[in-house]
Amino acid sequence: MNQAENVIEVEGLTKVFNHSLTAVDHIDFSVKHGEIFGFLGPNGAGKTTTISMLITVLKPTSGTATILGGDIAKQSLDVRNAIGVVPQEYTADEDLTGYENILLCADLYGIPRSISKKRALDLLQLVELTAFKDKRVQTYSGGMRRRLELACGLINRPKVLFLDEPTLGLDVQTRAATWNYVKMLKKQFGMTLFLTTHYLEEADALCDRIAIIDHGKIVVIGTPSALKDSLGGDIITLSIQKDADITDIISEIEHVKEVKKENASYIIKSSNGELTAPLIIEALRKNGYVVTKLSLTKPTLNEVYLQYTGKSMRDAEESRENVFKQRAAVRRARQ
Amino acid sequence: MSQNKTAPADVEETQVSKNRFHGLWALTHRDLKKWYQNPVVFILGIIQPVLWLALLGKAMNIGAIFSSASMPPMPQQLVATLTAQQQQLLSGWLGGLQSQIMTSTFNTGDYFSFMAMGMVAFVTVFTTAFTGMSVVWDRRLGFMNKVLSTPVARSTIVVSKVISAAIRSVFQAAIVTVIAYLLGLQLGANFTVFSVLGVFAIVFLIGIGLSSMFTAITLRTTRMETPQAIFNLVTLPLMFASSAYFPTNLMPSWLKAIADVNPISYTLDAVRRLMIFSNGYSGLVTDFVYVGAFAAVVTAICIVLSWRFLNK
Ligand SMILES: Nc1ncnc2c1ncn2[C@@H]1O[C@H](COP(=O)(O)OP(=O)(O)O)[C@@H](O)[C@H]1O
Ligand SMILES: [Mg+2]
Repeated sequence: MNQAENVIEVEGLTKVFNHSLTAVDHIDFSVKHGEIFGFLGPNGAGKTTTISMLITVLKPTSGTATILGGDIAKQSLDVRNAIGVVPQEYTADEDLTGYENILLCADLYGIPRSISKKRALDLLQLVELTAFKDKRVQTYSGGMRRRLELACGLINRPKVLFLDEPTLGLDVQTRAATWNYVKMLKKQFGMTLFLTTHYLEEADALCDRIAIIDHGKIVVIGTPSALKDSLGGDIITLSIQKDADITDIISEIEHVKEVKKENASYIIKSSNGELTAPLIIEALRKNGYVVTKLSLTKPTLNEVYLQYTGKSMRDAEESRENVFKQRAAVRRARQ
Repeated sequence: MSQNKTAPADVEETQVSKNRFHGLWALTHRDLKKWYQNPVVFILGIIQPVLWLALLGKAMNIGAIFSSASMPPMPQQLVATLTAQQQQLLSGWLGGLQSQIMTSTFNTGDYFSFMAMGMVAFVTVFTTAFTGMSVVWDRRLGFMNKVLSTPVARSTIVVSKVISAAIRSVFQAAIVTVIAYLLGLQLGANFTVFSVLGVFAIVFLIGIGLSSMFTAITLRTTRMETPQAIFNLVTLPLMFASSAYFPTNLMPSWLKAIADVNPISYTLDAVRRLMIFSNGYSGLVTDFVYVGAFAAVVTAICIVLSWRFLNK
């Protein structure tokens, strides 16, 4: 396959549930070879529905997609052979051990035991579960389960790996550790990755490019830094001792794009905050003002998210609670 | 981190499986393992038929109704008019009458034996109905989702369920038979070891048919209530509209009409001919052909449905 070619190409992909709910609404995008491409969006945005269609588990209502040149509808078997999937929920069989689970995955890909045994052990070592390989999955922690799912998703040496909310419900530390695994795996196997998340930090830390999806539509696609830049630069917040209007002084300064007074402090947008901040202090001192407080913030995906979806992180946090509840319910059901 | 040690040593490409049925045994074995590794499920599965045998077979022993013990003693005036020899003849005739009624009704002198073989169908129905639940569990717990994203054929997924249910049914049927034997099953005159194999074969066939039916019904379901409702709705009529408890020729005509097309009646006819009847093996071929055809048709339907409906 040509390395420069797009690994995933999606055109007008749409899914309507029950003739009424449009979960995915005419999305177009492509993923380049070797890229980590992220779908960022709040709960219910249509991320899982998109992944389900791409991995040929769910039939699109309309639109097409190809993976490694194979059409998801017409060449679904080829597609399934070439991809690895780490679903949103824990899919391992609780009654089996970690090792048995990986071997079962291998069997589902038709990999002969002569190969799969060694490969399973290698993967278990890779995700640091060797010590627990003969323990039932029932006894695993959330992080261990995730790692096991990762290992299962890699058993067929996929060229494209799909990860649906890989760190959902994990604590911050385990999440960071999982990112490291994902990065390491990508490096070792040279895969193309498609992942979904509603954690901004995750998209920022992992993805080469991000598509923000909301209500089934892609609202913007770009690299994390390009998306942040599109918001119009850094934000400097400052206060001075005296209560006076210094808007004019600041507006003169290089790179400053906008000055706003809010209560006792000024909010300044600059295309280069590091350069602007000392210049502001300098100019104010010349005019006899004393700066009492100054802070510089680089825009985060949080602002990008807010800008494009009209929702703040807090809403997303709430939906995370829901997912937690959902998961707890599944846990209970398992017992 | 174990980054360096575990760099992929085997660099061979994953070869795409040429075998269209790959994963069949892996999935079947997974289901069986969940069953035999779980002592509670395993033991409950054995206790259930034992209870039924004891309750229905022994407690409700219809044969006892006709036994001399349950008949009123001969009227004294009658006894007085008879000679000792006549008395003996009469009671002998009455005793013979009892076993004749039993034999002409049940084809065996012992209701317990008749009933015990009915229990073979009973455990099969219950074991296979459970398959429907297992399909829903796999969906709910996400396992089905994963399997669907692998290159395993849709038909393989359902066939693995069906085969594992059939294997479990045969095992349960064997246990019922052994327990029935210990409780006094009266074997037929033609019984040989091969009869047991014949019983296993027909139970396997009906197990395939019934579990295909239950699997087809639950293919798209994510709710636990659905298979449970179907379980309740289907299992009892399936049992009572068959020869499980009573011979069909004693049934009211509408019930007999149903029972006479119920594959469970054919299964039980075969099982009883092989185990406890003494009137030869004629009809056995019809039984096997009928049950085999039932299994083939329902499994085919289930597979076709799986192509269309077994997705997310
Ligand atoms: N099988 C289904 N039937 C009906 N509606 C569904 C189904 N799956 C998902 N949806 C709906 O589609 C929307 C998108 O869901 P999903 O793709 O799971 O979102 P995300 O993964 O981004 O949280 C939601 O409103 C959800 O309720
Ligand atoms: Mg989702």
